[in-house]
Formats: sequence, C-alpha cells, structure tokens
Amino acid sequence: MVPTLGNALVALVRRDIRLVVRHRFEIANPVLFFIIVVTLFPFGVGSDPAQLALIGSGIVWVAALLATLLALEGLFRSDFEDGTLEQMALGLHPLSALVLSKVFVHWCATGLPLLIAAPLLGILLNMSVTGQLTLLAALALGTPTLSLIGAVGMALTVGVKRGGLLLTLLVLPLYVPVLIFGASVVLAAEAGLPTAGHFYALGAMAVLALSLAPLATSAALRISLN
Amino acid sequence: MQLNMLEARSLGCVRGTRLLFEDISFQIHPGEICQVRGTNGAGKTSLLRILCGLSLPEHGEVLWDGAPIDQDRARYHAQLAYVGHAPGLKLDLTARENLLFALSLQAAQEHVDIDEVLERVGLDASANLLCRHLSAGQLRRVAIARLHLTSALLWILDEPCSAIDSQGVSNIETLLGTHLDAGGMVIFTSHQAIQVAQHPITTIELSS
Repeated sequence: MVPTLGNALVALVRRDIRLVVRHRFEIANPVLFFIIVVTLFPFGVGSDPAQLALIGSGIVWVAALLATLLALEGLFRSDFEDGTLEQMALGLHPLSALVLSKVFVHWCATGLPLLIAAPLLGILLNMSVTGQLTLLAALALGTPTLSLIGAVGMALTVGVKRGGLLLTLLVLPLYVPVLIFGASVVLAAEAGLPTAGHFYALGAMAVLALSLAPLATSAALRISLN
Repeated sequence: MQLNMLEARSLGCVRGTRLLFEDISFQIHPGEICQVRGTNGAGKTSLLRILCGLSLPEHGEVLWDGAPIDQDRARYHAQLAYVGHAPGLKLDLTARENLLFALSLQAAQEHVDIDEVLERVGLDASANLLCRHLSAGQLRRVAIARLHLTSALLWILDEPCSAIDSQGVSNIETLLGTHLDAGGMVIFTSHQAIQVAQHPITTIELSS
C-alpha cells in the first residue's frame, strides 16, 4: 500500500494542527509580541493622531516582520531534534511538498493571527478605513512571503546551536522589499494614489517565494541533516 | 544488474579533521543481515546515515540495484526503513497518532492494523498516552512498531535494542527473522547481542 502525496500532505497538516492545538500558548507568543510592540509606539513617539497615522503602517509592518521572525524558531526545530525530519527526508514524497504544507500550517498559526489583530491596531494608530483595508490586504499578501523566505533561513540554521542571530542576519535583508512595498502601499492609499503597482510587486514576490522557497528549503534541510 | 541489492563502494567518512573510516565496501542481498561493529565514536551511526543517504560520504558511493542512491531517491526510499538514533516521534502525539503519521510517509504493508501492531510491541495499554509520558524503552518500542507496518525491503537500524528489556529484544529478533525469511535485508548496530535463528550475521568492523 503506497500512500499518495495527497495522503501524506493531509496527514502532515493534521499532525501539525494537532501539535499547534497542544501548544497553543507557545503559538500565541508572536501575536502577543506583535500587539505589545505596536501599542508601545504611541508611548514612545507621542500620541499626536496625525503623526501616528503617518508612521502607523510602518510600525505595524516592522512589528509583523519581527513577530514572523520570532515565530520561525518553531518551524523545523522540534522536527529536527526528534528525528521526524529524517523520516520525512527518507519518505516517499518530495521534501519540498512536505515543507510547503508545514509552512502553510505555520503561517495559519502565526501569520493569520497577525491579520486578525491588525485592524484593531489600525484603529489604535488612527488609520483611516481605507488605510486599514489596504494594510490588511498588504499583510495578507506579504506575510506568507515572509514565512516562506524565513523557512529557507530557518532550514539553513536549524542545525546551529543558538542560530537566532545568524537567522536574523540571513533573513532580514530579504524581508526589506516586502517591508518597503507593504508599508508604502498604505501611505499611497491614504493619499488617494493608485495602489495597483504596490500590490503587483507584493504579489510577484509572493509567487516567487511560493515557487522557489520550498525547493530552497528542502535543499537546505538536507544540508542541515548531513 | 541484480535486483534488490545494496552495495557500498569504498566508503570513507571524515568528521571535522578526523578520518572515521575509509575504504568500506560490502554488498547485501535479500535474506542477509549485517551488523556494523566498532567502538564508541568509530563512526557506526555515520556509516548508517551515509547508507540511508542522509549524509554524504567523503569518498565512495552507495548503490541500490546498481544505481547511485541519489539518482532516484524516491525508488530507494520506497524500499528503505530507517530507525535512527532519534526515535522520530513527536512527544506531543500519542503512539497511535505517531504511527498513523509514519504510515503516510512510507510504503506500508497491504493490511495494517495499528492496534494489533501496538499489542505486538507491548504498548496496547499506553497507545493513547502522549509519547511525552512514555519511558525511553517504550519510545524505542514505538519506533520499532514502524517496522511492523512498513513494506520496505531494506531496514537500517541504529541501536534498535537500546533501553529495551530482554523480552522486547527477543521480540525484535523474531521480527528480524520473519523479515529475513521474506527476503528482507537488515543492517544494524547494537551493543547488545542479537541472534536471529537460521540467519548468520555478517559483520562490518570499523576500527579507528
């Protein structure tokens, strides 16, 4: 009896969801971090509504980016340490497909909560309704890219003890384009300028990451297992 | 070309600046069992990982059916079951959930009954406990239970008997015997004596 790739992906998604549910408090950390960082900003830079509206999208994006980075640690670490990653690498199915479904569940557990929290933070930062909707759309398009790029970096550093700083150095430069387009699209929308170009750029990055990152991640995982 | 044969050709392995072993060559055919022996740190685990394709050898190559194993990974993996140093189990899943997931990754036998397998490895009472609450020996038993499910021909086992009691060891010996009778192949390392009836164990000696 040979399990199909579909069977394996469903089994992996179900397993990871089950693990998320059994670890729900750890999984809540990134979104709490996200909310705390954003709420601290008005205390630091002053609560002038006009100023907050101007820098709001940048604050939300930087916080989302750091929260994603914080969450990456949980992506492959435990699978690497308990040997399940070896079993996946020696299984019948392409490791890149398994990686993609792992990243999907990971994004649902750590990226999706950011999207849910974002409108609330938008109100806090005095963003207009247009601005908030644009921010939401940009985050929906941008955070999967962040997770996919982060997976490559995490796969490379999973074998390194305390590889957190290395991961940051590897991944953050690649996050910058997403940050630039993601934050500026909100300003453009608030100013009534066309936003299609920004969204095309974010979409292109998402498609590029979706098609290349799983391959790079599985290659990096094989190197880390070596 | 002979079917279902594992061949190692002059394998060499270097860890850091130290040469662990060099020029290891052997063949394993259906029905053969082979033990890798050596002192601690001689490179037994490294050799097994190279044979699986998890690590790359410094020199030499591993062939399955006459073709290098990295050429057609899926075909080789369909015939390979590996029980490594790490048990490959999620501690926050139950034994049953772990086995169900393992089934999705590996080619399995036609009729598998997870409850029956758990009973055979002596875990029927703790099948629904999180693996976190199992002892080291019980975790090994769950890892060994994977071998009851797989249809792979080649088993590569790294210390299958560590932390397992004498009853468990004799169960493993029976399991290996059945597998070899059916034309399977086994390569293992073990610090405990393992004997399989009617199947003499050949050895590969790693000397540092």
